[in-house]
Amino acid sequence: MGLRLTNTTSTYGWGAIILHWVIAILFIGQFVLGLAMSRVTSQRTAFELIQLHKSFGFLLLGLVVLRIAWRLGGVTPRLPPQTGLLERRTAPLAHFALYLFQVALPLSGWALVSASVLAIPSMPFGLFVMPNLPLGMSAGAEGFWLKAHSYLAYAGMALAALHVAAAFRHHFWLGDNVLLRMIAPSFGNGRRGAE
Amino acid sequence: MSSRALAFAAIAAICMSVLPARAAVSLSEVAGRYVINQNGSSIHFSIANAGGGSLRGDFSRFSGTIRLDNNDVGRSAVAITIFPESVVTGESRVDDFLRSDAVFDVANEKEIRFRSTGVQRTSDDTALITGRLTARGKTFPEKFSVELAGLKSGNLQFHVTGTVLRSRYGMDVGTPIYSNVVVFDMMLTGRRG
Repeated sequence: MGLRLTNTTSTYGWGAIILHWVIAILFIGQFVLGLAMSRVTSQRTAFELIQLHKSFGFLLLGLVVLRIAWRLGGVTPRLPPQTGLLERRTAPLAHFALYLFQVALPLSGWALVSASVLAIPSMPFGLFVMPNLPLGMSAGAEGFWLKAHSYLAYAGMALAALHVAAAFRHHFWLGDNVLLRMIAPSFGNGRRGAE
Repeated sequence: MSSRALAFAAIAAICMSVLPARAAVSLSEVAGRYVINQNGSSIHFSIANAGGGSLRGDFSRFSGTIRLDNNDVGRSAVAITIFPESVVTGESRVDDFLRSDAVFDVANEKEIRFRSTGVQRTSDDTALITGRLTARGKTFPEKFSVELAGLKSGNLQFHVTGTVLRSRYGMDVGTPIYSNVVVFDMMLTGRRG
């Protein structure tokens, strides 16, 4: 079968699969890191974890932009024909919302560091200085973006949990290839799937 | 003879081994012990950041003495003690960070000390002071440039500048976002006492 990068109407290619899982791991990792850095008692460790969180946030934003371009530039596999009407209608909305969170979360974090009166420059992985967004620095703006970033993170995780639950439902309940086809292009061939 | 030149006689005691012949005031007149007075003195520092800005702050509490030895200039000495818990940057979260064990660790390290070991004159009214700086239990040789800033009613005033590499003292947190180089800018006023 070879190494297929692009999607077909029934399977995901390696491009979409790798971007999906790398972003998924970063997304969950960032949530855990965000919780840890705001709870750790050592100020030095907190500072270093925050810089790491910022670095991965910029990486995440770059990968999400690439992923959206990848999706818009190719085809999206169809849902299996036996998928119910309700899910057929809501799944695209849920996926759109997932993309929205993937963009909004790192952007709100970028806004937070840009508005912060601490004025700590962003230096992803110590490699270069990422300019701030053109937002005024103030305690009020910093507080707003901190809350926005935090609420978006919890809401994003809730949506991701729903996404995982839906994937498990397809795999264990409906017995189709919706989960397996996101692991490798050839996985789930023996299962019910899109024609 | 200007008051600047007169005052140089005082700094000369710390700055050189021979008083300039043209100084109109003798070492014996300014020799003695001077106590650094916080009124009229300041210890300012700044650390450049990678974004083009800098972190600026002051130590509001410090003490020190300048001893000008009449007979043996080499025995003249400068001793300054800074109390790092008095650090002020204008942003309380930064102050708390600097006081924490990430930087000064003020819970365990109450003082930053400088003790001079030698003085070298560099011009009519400037000198280079070498000494040993101790912070967080680590001691390294450091040097500071001194410029005579004034002599008024028994008070000697010096403008002191210099740079210190913070990594040597276990305070390297934040590099390379924040420079390893701490730039000091101090105005020290000594009152005879």
